[in-house]
Amino acid sequence: MNDASPFLDLDPGGPRVSVRFDGTDHALPEGANLAAALLAAGVRVFRATPVSGAPRAPFCMMGACYDCLVLIDGVTRQACMTRVTDGLVVERAPGRDLHDG
Amino acid sequence: MDEVDLLILGAGPAGMAAAAEAAGAGLVVALLDEQARPGGQIYRDVTAVPPARAAILGPEYRAGRPLAEGLADPRIRHIPGATAWKIDPDRTIAYSVDGKAALIRGRRLLIASGALERPVPIPGWTLPGVMTAGAAQILLKQSGILPRRAVIAGSGPLLYLIAAQMVRAGTPPLALVETQTRGDLLAALPHLPGAIRGWRSMAKGLGWIAELKRAGVPRHRGARDLAVDGAGRAEALALTAGGRRRTIPCETVLLHEGVVPNIQATRLLGLPHRWDQAQRCFVPRHDRWGETPLPGIHVAGDGAGIGGALVAELSGRLVGLCAAAALGRLDPVERDRRAAPLFRTLARERAVRPFLDAAYPPGPQTLSPADGTIVCRCEEVTAGEIRRHARLGCKGPNQAKAFGRAGMGPCQGRFCGLAVTAILAEANGQSPDETGYFRIRPPIKPVTLAEIAAMAPTGPDKDSA
Ligand code: FES
Repeated sequence: MNDASPFLDLDPGGPRVSVRFDGTDHALPEGANLAAALLAAGVRVFRATPVSGAPRAPFCMMGACYDCLVLIDGVTRQACMTRVTDGLVVERAPGRDLHDG
Repeated sequence: MDEVDLLILGAGPAGMAAAAEAAGAGLVVALLDEQARPGGQIYRDVTAVPPARAAILGPEYRAGRPLAEGLADPRIRHIPGATAWKIDPDRTIAYSVDGKAALIRGRRLLIASGALERPVPIPGWTLPGVMTAGAAQILLKQSGILPRRAVIAGSGPLLYLIAAQMVRAGTPPLALVETQTRGDLLAALPHLPGAIRGWRSMAKGLGWIAELKRAGVPRHRGARDLAVDGAGRAEALALTAGGRRRTIPCETVLLHEGVVPNIQATRLLGLPHRWDQAQRCFVPRHDRWGETPLPGIHVAGDGAGIGGALVAELSGRLVGLCAAAALGRLDPVERDRRAAPLFRTLARERAVRPFLDAAYPPGPQTLSPADGTIVCRCEEVTAGEIRRHARLGCKGPNQAKAFGRAGMGPCQGRFCGLAVTAILAEANGQSPDETGYFRIRPPIKPVTLAEIAAMAPTGPDKDSA
């Protein structure tokens, strides 16, 4: 459990794997929802908007709002629709590219 | 191309129930769903949730388990992790699983795409730390996490449910801020006798409120002028209630002003929709079997009009029966015999809606956001800009796209469409029906050119890429 996180983890047990987000390594529950796992790990900002550069984080958790967009292997993906796998390298999505997805 | 008797989009209660009923009558069914496990949002991960979490979520959630287990029928092919990005009136769906695209066609098609949270455009609603109440429910169901220092704000029974679940989990909300007023409750009273028929749902709601009271969760009713404060993230919710402005420091704000049908798929199909004034949303037109004016295409569940999980399940069963009869697997007399008790229960379950719709209307900020408030989250277009478009002659949401970029971001209007319609309708003195809604074009979910190319030569039209 991460005390810096605004989220309480009810089942903190289970195997963890290493995920890099924006250059920082996190031990996240294997197979978990990536957006939820990053939130529980204390990540607060997932991306910046293309228009004003304002910070954003998951809003709907059901694949509809696109505020959880991140960059994985050069492709913008919705973190809330992605599973945690070992060695995942996740970067903040650069603003303007989101329009071409 | 794959072909099945009944193709279903969405594995929530409506889709799962339709699949079971149709398979029971001998139909071959395929059930496409975006998630890894069946259940929809309401029963998300119900087959995988650990017992302690299931206890927190309560009996209404656990009730979804038999439905999900019913998908084990060999005539049902559940295709999880499937993103549908094009749907044609000939009942063909183009979808991708793990970056691989495929086409599937149904002799009948059911769109059971459920509900979305109604957009709640208040100042600061785009800040990190602001989520929908539905998102918090999903976090609890699927991931076993809940916000520690959260304020819940808006209107509707779901607020009580998530707050009660947070109490049970040992992390009660700091406050419950409700936008509905005593006047709304008075306006709802004439619907009370009808609601008594659906007393079970009423009793559940009162039970949750009692749980919150026992836990000492502060409740602010008739709240106005909500705003999320914070530099770069949510730090407090400000509101006016009882004639006094107050600020509640917090880390998370959970917003909810009810749910509305997710109409991306039905709009993409070009189906006719009508404005439902009681629920203040667009619903696809359909008959009592969920059949739309397009032959062989049905809708069921919240996507056909908000009714909740039980109504969704019943309406899905009716579509299953109707499809079986239409394809000659069920005698129409037998269809009607099986449907009769379903229609009766449906009427009882729907009886509570007019009361709930009147008692928990979307707040005034939701229906008419202040000029400075962002309406389109993706393109950061404010309500004031939409009103300015109206003054320049913009009559409808599609024209608004030409005036600005509202609705043109990745969410394709899912979280601004209703607000844009409401603002333009008000500014132009037109009804929402006259004002209309965004035209939805494929792909309705992002898809790569490589995925589309790999499907040639039966791939989608060139112009949709
Ligand atoms: S949080 Fe809304 S799409 Fe992921």
